[in-house]
Amino acid sequence: MMLTRWQRPELTSWPVFGRLSDLRTEIDRLFESPFTELARTSSLLGGWMPALDLFEDKDHFIVTAELPGMKKDDINLTVHDGCLTISGERREERKRESAEVHRAERFVGRFQRTVALPAPVAVEKITASYKDGVLTVTLPKTEEAKPKQIEVKVG
Amino acid sequence: MTMQTTLQKEPRSEPQPVRVEYLTPPVNIYETKSDYVLEAEMPGVNKDGLEVTLEGNEITIHGRRSLEKTSGDPLVRERSVAEFRRVFELDPALDTSKISAKIEQGLLTLVLPKSPQLQPRRIAVSD
Repeated sequence: MMLTRWQRPELTSWPVFGRLSDLRTEIDRLFESPFTELARTSSLLGGWMPALDLFEDKDHFIVTAELPGMKKDDINLTVHDGCLTISGERREERKRESAEVHRAERFVGRFQRTVALPAPVAVEKITASYKDGVLTVTLPKTEEAKPKQIEVKVG
Repeated sequence: MTMQTTLQKEPRSEPQPVRVEYLTPPVNIYETKSDYVLEAEMPGVNKDGLEVTLEGNEITIHGRRSLEKTSGDPLVRERSVAEFRRVFELDPALDTSKISAKIEQGLLTLVLPKSPQLQPRRIAVSD
């Protein structure tokens, strides 16, 4: 279950940027973007679901998530029951309160994503970095979960 | 157009026109007394991959992602590798010589100052 904040609809017209061309862009976007992306980013169909990749190599799982313009401290990571949860909150900046808003497409508020890890991970060895608005979490597999070569001897 | 009379033996080796798909970054635009501020989300883009061009009264933002090293098998793939691009039409009254841009954690911030004539001024009333 995800709680999301109501995003206010677009305010007033935008005198500087052409309104009609914006509308056309929006319509183009509706038709061109794949539905999953629309569902993830559209405020009509729920909240903010940051796009996420999960890769597996021999020793690790690597999760990357797109979280542009966040502060490192506003991102939380938890691992529980074989699931990695990325959550956090993006706050609206104070300086904008006095300003007139013409477009508000960026998501503000809380988000949460959970991804199931197919094998156990060594929780104490998990590392995470945040660069260029992309969060990368490296989760080393436990020794038991790593693939092993078993030599079969024919006696 | 030129007439092609020779038979092509390998028609498949011809380079096909490629349709480049761009992602439209979500933006916030707000206005203060002195500037318009535009914020655009382009995760994975840093200073090196960012291009902001001004042509006439159109400003184009274009972001190429610096590709991270990915190894192993993909189990979940939602992130796109496409480049970001979006064009905005500007009011000719903006002071385009003073536009500034910065990108931090995949968030581009453009500050577009209004020309002095557009800014509110207090006019002193004489006695």
